[in-house]
Amino acid sequence: MEHEHIVSSFDEDLGRLDSIIAEMGGLAERQLADAVDALSRRDVALAKKVIASDKQIDLLEEEIDNFTIRVLALRQPMAEDLRAVVVALKMASNLERIGDYAKNVAKRTLTLSAMEPVGNATQTIQRMARQVQSMIKNVLDAYGAHDLAKADDVRMRDEEVDLMHTSLFRELLTYMLEDPRNITACTHLLFVAKNVERIGDHVTSIAENVHFLVSGDKPTDERPKNDLSSQTIVE
Amino acid sequence: MELAIHTDVSANARVNTQGHTSKPHKVTAEGVNVFYGNKQALNQVNLDIPSNMVTALIGPSGCGKSTFLRCLNRMNDVVDGCRVEGEINLDGENIYARGVDVVHLRARVGMVFQKPNPFPKSIYDNVAYGPRIHGLAKSRTDMDEIVMTSLEKAGLLDEVRDRLDAPGTGLSGGQQQRLCIARAIAVEPEVILMDEPCSALDPIATAKIEELIDELKENYTIIMVTHSMQQAARVSQKTAFFHLGELVEQGDTMDIFTKPIDERTKAYVTGRIG
Repeated sequence: MEHEHIVSSFDEDLGRLDSIIAEMGGLAERQLADAVDALSRRDVALAKKVIASDKQIDLLEEEIDNFTIRVLALRQPMAEDLRAVVVALKMASNLERIGDYAKNVAKRTLTLSAMEPVGNATQTIQRMARQVQSMIKNVLDAYGAHDLAKADDVRMRDEEVDLMHTSLFRELLTYMLEDPRNITACTHLLFVAKNVERIGDHVTSIAENVHFLVSGDKPTDERPKNDLSSQTIVE
Repeated sequence: MELAIHTDVSANARVNTQGHTSKPHKVTAEGVNVFYGNKQALNQVNLDIPSNMVTALIGPSGCGKSTFLRCLNRMNDVVDGCRVEGEINLDGENIYARGVDVVHLRARVGMVFQKPNPFPKSIYDNVAYGPRIHGLAKSRTDMDEIVMTSLEKAGLLDEVRDRLDAPGTGLSGGQQQRLCIARAIAVEPEVILMDEPCSALDPIATAKIEELIDELKENYTIIMVTHSMQQAARVSQKTAFFHLGELVEQGDTMDIFTKPIDERTKAYVTGRIG
């Protein structure tokens, strides 16, 4: 909103919420990039760094938790301000989960790096992760700029992630059918794929919250979903 | 003629309502203009007030909300140089029509003021005053019944049962305000107007009045002016926002405070203009 609050310290509070979310978002985006990078390059040192860095995101979430409670109690925000505070609280929780999934990818990378590589699965995971990363970037831009169209666009793009996840699922099942010695690595990769897919879901949830922040309403139209992995049979 | 407000503004306020109410309108205002001498205080106000709900009128000082409230029982008639145009209907009948009995109107549309103003009389006589001048009680037993019921409805009876002869002015501020509410409901009004009824009260007395307002809406239509947005949010179902004599936006209280439409409403409820 163009006007500033009569109580200027309220503007500072809201500005601080924005900057913590931006910092969390940047970290989460980088954690995913590093985790998938470590996976594809079998870089144990980088994977360990990702695992250690997750703590920073957790601390920022805690800061948002405490700060939003403080703002709600002391400022009693209304209208757009109220939506900003509630959305920051929910986004922080989404971003923290994204960090956890990235950390889990890094943990499995430590295990996978000790095993023989399987097929082209990591490349598919990389493609999927790049898509999710650009969704994270765009949803954070949409949040920063209060850009409704951009948030809605991100929400619609999760379908592509779902499609990639389904195809990856089939690919990994095929490797396992081909050679049972692939089963251990492929099972870990299945979890990695699932983690990246779940990150996409959290980004979608953030996009819906940005929609609410800007417009005051939750998106009402049905979002296209295409994760068919739960129904997939490979014979 | 000097006008305080330019007159080319839209006659229609933004209506911010998702959930449509099926309740009938108790009071309807159409094209209401109010002038104090040459100064226009209200400009083309159209507002419908639903029955058995609490409608809050909010806005910065001088926005016309109290002026509008006072139009609803013709309290402005007693203000020198005040002129009211337009139509205000109570149950579909224009209260400004020729031949309307203003005393009777004010019995149907009661009022509670900002500062508790009990008469310098006993608690009993404060409540009995209205029914007595309107001849509502046939006997002393009748009057006792009215006084006790009114005090009960105002949530005051338990605190004053054994001192009905004590002066009303001896009560605490919160009790005095509830006495004024008892006095207002003793004449069986249909609408109760409240002009910042809690602004002189502490938070506990305020909470008691708010709880009471919530109960009273079962039987009465309540219209309240308040400077406290939190209070409007807590007690009202409908909210109307006034600014510079204009009704800017009206709708469900939930919508006004979570997703106002008009920029001026947004700015006011978020504390950006006072």
